[in-house]
Amino acid sequence: MSTSTSRPGRAIVALLVILIAGASVIFLQGESKIRYGLDLQGGTSVVLQPRIDGTSGTVTAAAIDQAVEIIRQRVNSLGVAESEVVAQGSGINRQIVISVPGETGERVVDLVGQTAELRFRQVLAVGSAVEAPPAPAPAASPSGDAAATPAPSGSKLTKSAIRHSDPAPAATPEPIVTPNTTAAPEGSADPVAAQVSDELSQKFAALDCTDEKNLVGGGDNPDQPLVTCDRDGTARYVLGPAEVLGRQVRGATSAIDQQGTGGWFVSLDFNREGTKKFGEITQRVVSLTAPQNQVAIVLDGLVVSAPRIIDAILGGQAQITGNFTQQEASDLANVLKYGSLPLAFDRGEVQQISPTLGSDQLRAGILAGALGLLLVVLYSLFYYRALGMVTLGSLGLAALMLWMSAVILGKNLGFTLTLAGIAGAIVAVGITADSFIIYFERLRDEIREGRSLRSAVESAWIRARRTIIISDVVSLIAAALLFIFAIGGVRGFAFMLGLTTLIDLIVIFLFTKPIITLLANVNFFASGHKLSGLDSHKVVHGTMAGRQS
Amino acid sequence: MTTKLSFGDRLYRGEKSFNFVENRRRWYALSAILMIASILVLGVRGLELGIEFKGGSEFVLNKSGLTVPEVRSAMGQADVPGDPIIQTVGDTKVRIQTGELTSAQSSKVLDVLVKTFGVNRADIDTRLIGPSWGQEITRKAATALVVFLIVIIIFLSIAFEPKMAIAAIIALFHDVFITIGIYALVGFEVTPATVIGFLTILGYSLYDTVVVFDKVRENTRGIAGGSRSTYSEAANLAVNQTLVRSINTSIVALLPVGAILFVGAGVLGAGTLKDLSLALLIGLAVGTYSSICVATPFLAAMREREPAMQALAKRVQNRSNKVASGQVVEAEVSVAGEAVRGPRNQPKRQKNKASKGAKAKKKR
Repeated sequence: MSTSTSRPGRAIVALLVILIAGASVIFLQGESKIRYGLDLQGGTSVVLQPRIDGTSGTVTAAAIDQAVEIIRQRVNSLGVAESEVVAQGSGINRQIVISVPGETGERVVDLVGQTAELRFRQVLAVGSAVEAPPAPAPAASPSGDAAATPAPSGSKLTKSAIRHSDPAPAATPEPIVTPNTTAAPEGSADPVAAQVSDELSQKFAALDCTDEKNLVGGGDNPDQPLVTCDRDGTARYVLGPAEVLGRQVRGATSAIDQQGTGGWFVSLDFNREGTKKFGEITQRVVSLTAPQNQVAIVLDGLVVSAPRIIDAILGGQAQITGNFTQQEASDLANVLKYGSLPLAFDRGEVQQISPTLGSDQLRAGILAGALGLLLVVLYSLFYYRALGMVTLGSLGLAALMLWMSAVILGKNLGFTLTLAGIAGAIVAVGITADSFIIYFERLRDEIREGRSLRSAVESAWIRARRTIIISDVVSLIAAALLFIFAIGGVRGFAFMLGLTTLIDLIVIFLFTKPIITLLANVNFFASGHKLSGLDSHKVVHGTMAGRQS
Repeated sequence: MTTKLSFGDRLYRGEKSFNFVENRRRWYALSAILMIASILVLGVRGLELGIEFKGGSEFVLNKSGLTVPEVRSAMGQADVPGDPIIQTVGDTKVRIQTGELTSAQSSKVLDVLVKTFGVNRADIDTRLIGPSWGQEITRKAATALVVFLIVIIIFLSIAFEPKMAIAAIIALFHDVFITIGIYALVGFEVTPATVIGFLTILGYSLYDTVVVFDKVRENTRGIAGGSRSTYSEAANLAVNQTLVRSINTSIVALLPVGAILFVGAGVLGAGTLKDLSLALLIGLAVGTYSSICVATPFLAAMREREPAMQALAKRVQNRSNKVASGQVVEAEVSVAGEAVRGPRNQPKRQKNKASKGAKAKKKR
């Protein structure tokens, strides 16, 4: 029959080969630590679900892949090592899971939260966050408010004289054309005039940007004018239809003005279509009075920035200047560059785990695992006596192989161990031990049938093997389906459950069974010593034969 | 050496036998009551769903010595909509659950907490869950469940026989229902980790059933040709013979799960480990019961309806009548040191012999 039944030596050699191979891979890859998931080391994870409401593109598998790519670029721009962006699930029912270790939490959430398409719209009217109480007529209020609150970002769009494809500012000593940096008073606007309909004016008057409900974004139809807030909730806008779209932006970089006057700025680069469109809008608005000479950059229905246009920008390259900090400038550049996702997403789950909780959970997981293993070993020693030692060895071996697999998979497939994964492994300890029990009990049955230990070892194996394989296959099916259909933590659990079940099969075939075969030659076991765990009594044709008689 | 036979030895010989199959109506009744009670409780009380299913935000403050009123008054300044649920978790944590918050609102909550209690931002664990998230995970779990059932029915039909697959699946539904019922009754919180637990029970419940069925199949192979025992008797012997195995595998599976529960509830207070292991603990216990008392009796009941099995039952009946009246020669089975046993137990012992004989033949 199979080598394992007749040649225990071979099976054990095969096992040693596997172990040595595993150890050498670990040695060669020079990485012997398991990668921990965010729940064990602290960090932020965000799960995004594609929004299926038809307004923001059809959800297709390709669109999700593209979105993953864009989000990955955004997250990578944070420069946090071991950040991860993956789509989980199958087909169009996929979620995008973003995991960033460490404490950059809120920036990640904001960055990937900006999921809708970027659009450029002309500003028709601007006002403070809430309608000023005494304002009599809605149509008159925008200009009045605008006088009180200048465009919040105070930024301007200018033609860039040079191409800022080189992001290193030191390499571009040429003077940058940066006209007047002091903000011009913006109170001189004409009343919004014919462009703003009554309906829009009323909406505008009713809008309260201090109410958080109005700051969630969405509802951005590119062909219609838009009444909305800026992202900080400090100003209201009436905006014209979208004229330039995010996908028409070729690139954006942030840089610092070497003259030292302008501080950080963002340079912007359009593609051919974008150049044409952007040229049109800037040419048209440049001569208008404030605020209508502003072009708003709108992301997911909220104004990110509304720079004033100083010149018609026909060359497809522009600069946004203003009192940016380095981070503001680079965040704005990121929004411009990666702003255009093909789909809108809802945040499904956002989780920020402190390193404290992470290490607590890791400790608890390890403690639970050790305790579980100990209990199982104690029980099998109690019940199976000397055979329990075989259980101990097999479980130890399984634990070693599990650790090796986790290290190797962590390095090569980006496998991370989560708390749910640890739980899966611990649960699998029970399943692994179960297969030993199935075999041992079967062995006792065969002895009860009156066989010698040596022949019982083989005949019990033939039967137990089948049961073990069938029940392990059931476990594997469960684990595989959970892994395919579930998301997040469940996948970690399913993966560990499946992996441990596979290891269980290897261990029982290549270790437990061969060891029992070898032990059958030892007199202690063969004679059915009371402590051997094999002192079952023979049943011969209904009479109590065996040692008893 | 020893003169005392172990419990396992006696179960194996059929000397000690529990009539799981014969008393099936009793078990059915018990299970039916439990299931109806579960459905009622579920209907009346419903499940205590975690915020993952309701949508909302959760903040966990890692600072010892805080009281609920303190935190509640601090939350008052953060003006979140609705009434936050505030609980202490162990001695070192306070958990705050609110309705859904925008990211601006949640950073305000964080600011307030940081300012009021002088903790680091990094010491606050937060979770924001969107409104459709719960639906999404429920849908995924349901898909996984349906596919799992289909695949398992196909697999068990091939590995065993279709009726065994049906009996196994019924036992599985039984387990899940009762586990959910216990959840509804006690009011344990249901989180995604609980759902993982439920799904794992499915796998484990089957694992346990598979072990018993494998033995049933072995004991009943070619049984229709003989006249020694009915299907039910053979199946009952199989349950008894695997009883020690079932108990041991269940204990061994429960020990690590119990360890997770102990550590999860004791050390961490709440969270993935506790939710998962609680569901597993309850499910495993119910699963062990069902594979012994529900799956096999149900299987036997189904098989007994087959004409071949009914014919067999008749033959066995005739035979045992003869045995009772001492007409059969092979009835010299009287066991040394064993009290004379009633006719009711007779077929089982003989069956034992028979199956052994069959096995021995096969091997030669």
